[in-house]
Amino acid sequence: MSSPTAISLKDVCRNYKMGETVIRAVDGVSLEIPAGQFVALLGSSGSGKSSLLNLIAGLDRATSGKVAVENQDLAALSREALAKHRLKTVGMVFQSFNLIPSMNLLENVELPLRFAEVERAKREGMARQALQRVGLGARVKHRPSELSGGEQQRASLARALINQPRILLADEPTGNLDSRTGTEIMTLIREFNESLDMTVVMVTHERAIAEHYAQRMVFLADGKLVGDQVNTGAAK
Amino acid sequence: MKFYDVTELAFRNLRESLLRNSLTTVGISVGVASLVAMLSLGVGLQQLAGRKLEKSGLFDTVIVTSRRDLRGYEHDQERNGPSPAESPVLDEAARLKMEQLPAVKEAYPDIRFVTELRFDGMPHLTMVAGLPDSARTNDAFDGMQGTFFTSHDAPQAIILKSFAEELQGGTPKHGEPEPGVAELAKPLLGKTIILRYAQRAAAQTSANTSLASDDMSAMEAAYSVVSKELTVTIAGVTDLNPDSMRGQAGARVYLPLDLAESLHVVQTSDLRNVASDTAGTPTYSTVSVRVTSASKVPQVEAAIKKLGFNTFSITDATKSVRQFFAVLDLFLGIFGSLALAVASIGIVNTLVMAILERRREIGIMKAIGASDNDVKGLFFAEAGAMGVLGGLLGVALGWTIGQLINLGTNVYMRRHDFPPEKVWLVPWWLVGGAILFSILVSLLSGLYPASRAARLDPVQALRYE
Repeated sequence: MSSPTAISLKDVCRNYKMGETVIRAVDGVSLEIPAGQFVALLGSSGSGKSSLLNLIAGLDRATSGKVAVENQDLAALSREALAKHRLKTVGMVFQSFNLIPSMNLLENVELPLRFAEVERAKREGMARQALQRVGLGARVKHRPSELSGGEQQRASLARALINQPRILLADEPTGNLDSRTGTEIMTLIREFNESLDMTVVMVTHERAIAEHYAQRMVFLADGKLVGDQVNTGAAK
Repeated sequence: MKFYDVTELAFRNLRESLLRNSLTTVGISVGVASLVAMLSLGVGLQQLAGRKLEKSGLFDTVIVTSRRDLRGYEHDQERNGPSPAESPVLDEAARLKMEQLPAVKEAYPDIRFVTELRFDGMPHLTMVAGLPDSARTNDAFDGMQGTFFTSHDAPQAIILKSFAEELQGGTPKHGEPEPGVAELAKPLLGKTIILRYAQRAAAQTSANTSLASDDMSAMEAAYSVVSKELTVTIAGVTDLNPDSMRGQAGARVYLPLDLAESLHVVQTSDLRNVASDTAGTPTYSTVSVRVTSASKVPQVEAAIKKLGFNTFSITDATKSVRQFFAVLDLFLGIFGSLALAVASIGIVNTLVMAILERRREIGIMKAIGASDNDVKGLFFAEAGAMGVLGGLLGVALGWTIGQLINLGTNVYMRRHDFPPEKVWLVPWWLVGGAILFSILVSLLSGLYPASRAARLDPVQALRYE
């Protein structure tokens, strides 16, 4: 039995205007990602992979074409509904971690719960648990600046998963990490993919990482989809 | 986001840029303080003026005359009302009726007569008037030398400064310094003056009519006029005229009302009454009606007119005084608000700066699920929090400034021999209003920055370093 479709892209374009010239960051991409799949988006810098990820995340809107996540056409959503999509349906991790520097880890991880209007009494326990799951149970009161890059990325993973989204979107999650901590993070992500049956879309330019962890590799160049292959060699 | 989460995050954000936000808050508080100080001064002055006017007895008094006198203050009343001959007599019964009217404090007959009095063997001609005990609080007696009458019928007199000058040899020549009340009063207080007046006595019982007799039942249609003398002690000398409303008819020597009444001095109305059918009872030429507050004067006046008398008051003057203070308050309010307007620009500036600084943070919040309204609410709450803090601080500051103004004014007043006055007053409505106004201005100032923050494109914001 094949899994239902988690993400469906149909002829998606995203153009940016830079003065007189129009830049086609995403140019007619069509793609179907079934639920639970771990997909790597590969391409060189400026190939449009991050732009594509932002469209799936609902951080940006497509110029044309259709972006549907869990059968919901994102173009049809209001700004408010799109925010809800980012809050509940997808979780995001970034290359530069994007933790709020003035808040400690607990507060950072709790923040999406505040937006989701989860009761105050429940929040702290949930955030602590999420931090424990990524191995940061002892550092909840530390501010991001007091942690290593790997620890910050783990905290940001805990934050991305706190509202139990079904899709994890990762934008170069190991880009700022050395290879050892990078491996740790990737292992964690795959663990979530497998244990929670989460759909993962990861942007990377490191083919080795993609080949090692992703079940499917999608290649982009100049905004166009130029390759799509199942990775049978992913480590288990 | 829930309200307490928004508030909590707002306060924590304010703490993050403590110096800048504190300075902005201080700016708001200075604005609020100036508003509070200005308006309180307006309110204080208004109340002070109100108290003074009330004490002067000018604005809460209705003067009642009989239409029979044919000398009403308003000719319309004579033409429109019952004819003078049919109109009621202004006597004790009428006075009592007026005293029963709602909002009337008291109604007393206006006793005044011209008399010759002797002091140090020298004759002086002047108007004498009776003064009710309630006049004790009239501020004409605030700076009086000596004391008010010890009782309502004590053989005492209060004289005006001008009369005190006359008793001591006339007014100073032009260019000479005017002597003070204290200086003039010193040789006069406790001295006696002899009043000579014409008493109205019933013809057949004139021999039995004594000064103290209040029994009017013996009065008959015919009078005899008897020359009498009364010795009174000078109890007080006052600088200000309690009778200023009367102009030329104002008296310069005052006796306790009951004493003045008991003298049964011949009044002009008596002569006319001899020939009329109301001759049996003594009548008053004028009755003064004191009203509980100046605003009730028109109502009382209307009620008295209905009884068939002529009335006169100067309520129109209070209206213009009130109008003046409304305009004064408005101007003081505008000047006070100017500082708050400047402070509100400070809020806009602080929040716009905060947006620039926290651009990335806003991007992060949006990426992890914050809605436009969450972001807007957060900035709005920060503006509101600065408004609340600035308002509280401002009211405290304004209050302190006011106390200092009061203190300074009273030191000055005392130095110039005036009684201390409260020129500055912070009513509760102003405290609440100022804080609310501060919050309102802050929220309005936060409107633009908040919506700007909410509109921020998350992709752009996340790229911002």
